[in-house]
Amino acid sequence: MTDLYIRKDISDLPDARGYFGEFGGRFVPETIMPALDELENAYAEAIADPQFHADLSHLQRTYTGRPTPITYARRLSEALGGAQIYLKREDLAHTGAHKINNALGQGLLAKRMGKRRIIAETGAGQHGVGTATAMALLGLECCVYMGSVDIRRQQPNVFRMKLLGAEVIPVESGSRTLKDAINEAMRDWVTNVETTFYLLGSALGPHPYPMMVRDFQSVIGLEARQQIQDMTGQLPDVCVACVGGGSNAIGLFHAFRDDAGAELIGVEAGGRGIASKEHAARFADLDISRPGILHGTRSFVMQDEDGQIMETHSVSAGLDYPSVGPEHAHLRQLERAYYTLATDDEALEAFQTLSKLEGIIPALESAHAVAEAIKRAPTMPRDSVLLVNLSGRGDKDLDTVIGILGE
Amino acid sequence: MTQTRLSQGTAALEEMFARARERKRLAFLPYFCIGYPNHEESLRAIESVAAVGVDGFEIGIPFSDPIADGPTIQAATQIALENGTTVRKCLDAVKTLRDKGITQPMLMMGYANPLVAYGSDRFVRDARAAGADGLIVPDLPPEEAAMFADSCEREGLALVFMLAPTSNDERIELVTRHATGFIYVVSLTGITGARKELPVYLTEYIARLRAKTDKPLVLGFGISSPEHARQLRGLTDGFIVASALLRAWERSFADMRTLAGDIFEAIQN
Repeated sequence: MTDLYIRKDISDLPDARGYFGEFGGRFVPETIMPALDELENAYAEAIADPQFHADLSHLQRTYTGRPTPITYARRLSEALGGAQIYLKREDLAHTGAHKINNALGQGLLAKRMGKRRIIAETGAGQHGVGTATAMALLGLECCVYMGSVDIRRQQPNVFRMKLLGAEVIPVESGSRTLKDAINEAMRDWVTNVETTFYLLGSALGPHPYPMMVRDFQSVIGLEARQQIQDMTGQLPDVCVACVGGGSNAIGLFHAFRDDAGAELIGVEAGGRGIASKEHAARFADLDISRPGILHGTRSFVMQDEDGQIMETHSVSAGLDYPSVGPEHAHLRQLERAYYTLATDDEALEAFQTLSKLEGIIPALESAHAVAEAIKRAPTMPRDSVLLVNLSGRGDKDLDTVIGILGE
Repeated sequence: MTQTRLSQGTAALEEMFARARERKRLAFLPYFCIGYPNHEESLRAIESVAAVGVDGFEIGIPFSDPIADGPTIQAATQIALENGTTVRKCLDAVKTLRDKGITQPMLMMGYANPLVAYGSDRFVRDARAAGADGLIVPDLPPEEAAMFADSCEREGLALVFMLAPTSNDERIELVTRHATGFIYVVSLTGITGARKELPVYLTEYIARLRAKTDKPLVLGFGISSPEHARQLRGLTDGFIVASALLRAWERSFADMRTLAGDIFEAIQN
């Protein structure tokens, strides 16, 4: 029972140094190295403690509303005429996205460690909202760093965070998006490390974050794997999820990694297309993306010839990031997972299609995964099963979409 | 005036500390970022401050995402990048300065990604060829430094690691074992930037490190004035000044040079 919500596998990566194959590690200033050791130890103790699992599981059931359901997308499947499409409904989790899974997990850990001040970064605002929510619940102080460009395009979430009692700190450096919010959060952590817990929102950053965030998100795949078998009597043929940092995707993929028949597909932000160079497709554009070091971890990084980090573009703030979680880089290298992209236009199209055919308005991030399902389902047999992680809901994106498509 | 440079790398740093010790004073290593405010001016600044007699230099290589730096260095390195500064240009700058007769040790200081993109072995080899003496990479703890450690050892360049007030005994042991040249002692828990006061715990903190290593200790972060430099006497083997010089430079080149001169004056006997 205790391993229902976090499954730890003996064979699992990362290794003791935080590496997934050749990706991962801990590239940070000395000042926070001891804090990472402390965090790693505290996390190891927490997941060995049945009480921690019981507390987290209780919150997941009574607060987040887990398990989230799987919805059969009948009209979409019929319209496409191929695979049967199922949606894992993380949009129905409290706060409207999967981010709450990790925020509650790390929040409970912070409390256990006696940290009173929590900092976080946010792109789309979903991790910021998830963290602000969890901190309101747990009674901890919360500061969220957010790029001023993202503040402008995600106003409803900014207001939500403030309402939940968090301080939202605008970041004016660099491209003023998620990357810069992480820079600023890390600077805060370097400064206040003795009192502060950095609640990182995606499966990236220095070890143990990629592992810890994956573990807290693995509830998505563990539930989905059981649910889809209950509904269809089989495992999915294909699992699809969008990949920014990659936490919802790794959360889904983790449970299926030993199911050889389940193809795992991550969808990156193709922005205005690869040729335009305005995108965030770290695995698709190997002219400008290669292994490098950003935010404490070695992974694929979009960078110029001189190793300077490039600005990215995506219609969805949550995918607008120049690097990707190290475990995805590893899964890609092993060819256990495949990575493709959806452009802004394809995501916007999928956003509308899912709304009209299923009455579900997806987050623009999740719409990238839906776009891949729309491309792929018609090529698959009618008795095959395609599972999409609908990682969040789209209410936060209405302003953006109205701005692009008009009223 | 121009002296011949007889040694390079860790040997040059040893001589630098020996000379300073002989004169019973600390070594003063100012930081300048190549390309700020432009390529020529950054070289002129280093030449001009070298003439003051400072002991060595940290030669900054700009990076787009400097997570250990405060607003002053962030802004300066951003301008350097806008001016087209590359890793290669920073190495060329060292070569130019050597050709001009600058003999003080120079340590390349830059974040890991641009150096890794350049190629870690190639970087160390080219740094040596340009006339650099060592390497400081703020986001590269000893655990991750293997890719630079072997080539630095081969080329005889110093690979400097950092210790911070948060470092526990285990980490002090690790860092002091791996660091060559000197240990960069981060004065405070935080990012770079000029500060009004030095931390109150400094004496106790340095003593804690001193008890564990004979390697030279060089203090950085927040050292901003001649008064600070005077307070460090007897505590460390050297110190680094960065943001304070850049801030003085925002007023004028002359103000920057004056501050460097005043700090150097303050450590003389």
